[in-house]
Amino acid sequence: MKSLPTVERPLNVNKSKANRFWDRMKQQKYLYFMSIPFVIWVFVFSYVPLWGWLMAFQNYKPAKGFFEQKWVGFDNFIQLFGDERFYLVLRNTLGMSIMGLIVSFTVPVIFALLLNEIRGQFFKRSIQTISYLPHFVSWVVVAGLVSKMLSTDGGGINDLLMWLNITDEPIQFMAKGSWFWGIVTMSDMWKETGWNSIIFLAAMAGIDPEQYEAATVDGAGRFRKMWNITLPGIRTTFMVLFILSIGHLISIGFEKQFLLGNPLVVDYSEVLDLYALKYGIQMSRFSYGTAIGIFNSVVSIILVFSANAIYKRITKESVI
Amino acid sequence: MQGTIRAKSEIITDVIIYIVMGLAGLITIYPFLNVLAISFNESMDTVKGGITVLPREFTLQNYITIFQYKTLLTGFQNSVLRTIIGTVVGVLSASMMAFVLSRREFQARKLFSPLFAMTMYFSGGMIPIYMLIKNLGLMSSFWVYIIPLILSVWNIFVVRSYIDGLPYALQESAKIDGANDFTIFWRVILPLCQPVLATIALFIAVQHWNSWFDTYLYNQQAAQFTTLQYELMKVLQSTQSGSNYRDASVQQNLAAVSPESIRMAITMVVTLPILVVYPFLQKYFVKGMTLGSVKS
Repeated sequence: MKSLPTVERPLNVNKSKANRFWDRMKQQKYLYFMSIPFVIWVFVFSYVPLWGWLMAFQNYKPAKGFFEQKWVGFDNFIQLFGDERFYLVLRNTLGMSIMGLIVSFTVPVIFALLLNEIRGQFFKRSIQTISYLPHFVSWVVVAGLVSKMLSTDGGGINDLLMWLNITDEPIQFMAKGSWFWGIVTMSDMWKETGWNSIIFLAAMAGIDPEQYEAATVDGAGRFRKMWNITLPGIRTTFMVLFILSIGHLISIGFEKQFLLGNPLVVDYSEVLDLYALKYGIQMSRFSYGTAIGIFNSVVSIILVFSANAIYKRITKESVI
Repeated sequence: MQGTIRAKSEIITDVIIYIVMGLAGLITIYPFLNVLAISFNESMDTVKGGITVLPREFTLQNYITIFQYKTLLTGFQNSVLRTIIGTVVGVLSASMMAFVLSRREFQARKLFSPLFAMTMYFSGGMIPIYMLIKNLGLMSSFWVYIIPLILSVWNIFVVRSYIDGLPYALQESAKIDGANDFTIFWRVILPLCQPVLATIALFIAVQHWNSWFDTYLYNQQAAQFTTLQYELMKVLQSTQSGSNYRDASVQQNLAAVSPESIRMAITMVVTLPILVVYPFLQKYFVKGMTLGSVKS
């Protein structure tokens, strides 16, 4: 680099570098053959839809080509934020999402703690097997089971309540809007508690048994050990999962609400995705529907990064 | 057991824990048993109520009736077909891509790897994807069940972390024997990856078997591509809105079999495949769950 003669060398190196590049490409041709189709696939199915975001700034009419559309700037967003229904839907989304978050981060932990305390292996296995099962059953089936259990004629819950004399006549659970959030949260709890506890159980299995032995020697009881050893032992796992879930606060999906909801409770069951589905696809207002989707994505990303930033400040570690 | 006498309070807590967990198990399993019992119970008798976990008047009539529904049979066929094809395609493509990305010397690795990883953080959203499917001409076709679900980035990473754990020397010795990269993948990597492939195969299969929204969104107009879950969804929704699910191809005697019994029988048919395979495959599921979470 300092003297003239060496100036030529990098050129040579470059040339042979280029050659080597092509040579290696030839060598690796099978790797290219094996991956290019999937790269094209991911481009089409994950990146091309992003291009569709532009629709939100147009008044999109399917009959016309993409570039012949009328551009309307932020009109769709202004309309969205001016719609009263939007705030109702946002309230439902956040309401059910926060209830779900609280339940899914307390019940499975307690479930795992109790499971961890069971000494009889057969009983423990059986409970685990049963509790993971609903996770693999579709929401369609679960919605069917839930409405059967809550039904007014011969539903298990109503039968039980009447047998216990808590109520004289069957309660119309599915017809009351104010019950809806609770029903969704409880169904979710029924379906996912066992499954969500797996990860906490795995974390508990990773705790050094010596800690428990030492605590026993020191005379610590069962609850002391749970509180001082087991719970701190799963803290990292808990925090990581919690942060990741906060990112999903606003995108909670719509399956449960779609399947459990009915016209009587629509003011409590409609969530952002269903709102987008209704306007965007059923009413063919594609641009408006896309605007809702963008709002959803942007809020999600902000939530993930701020949750991560808070976590980073506390623990000096990053989740993402 | 440990040579110490356990205190009375210990035993009491044990009893409480067993009762609480036993109840939790009961609450989980009861709805399934209840629906199973009703599906095998004589329809007229069911109306009287009081069926819990055993049928009172055993009959197969409910099942005989639903197996005459043509749309249900079509749905069953499509669900089985999409589950088989979707799983084979999904497993092969995830493992192939994972293999390529696990090769450190691959030139394009630095380019491709983030291309896939990034997609975990965003999604185009329902409507742009709907428009894409429409523009690709996948509406009202069977392939809308397969093509959009070819790959899952999550599965790629799960398989890749498994391949990374295999000794690289195996690949090298195959190379010295003159094998090309595809042969290495097919002959060396795939057989070694069997445990992890079983895990992701199960997840993919369950996902395919359980999905109904793609039928709702893309194949509502194409009755020949309906799926079982979607049919069940229609049955359930029709009860909520008061109308009855019916099949024009069957002259149905409504007095013989009540809509409720029909519903329970269909629910069982939809759930049964999962109930049957589940106990055998549980260990793979759990392994996959912990594998995936350690990775993240």
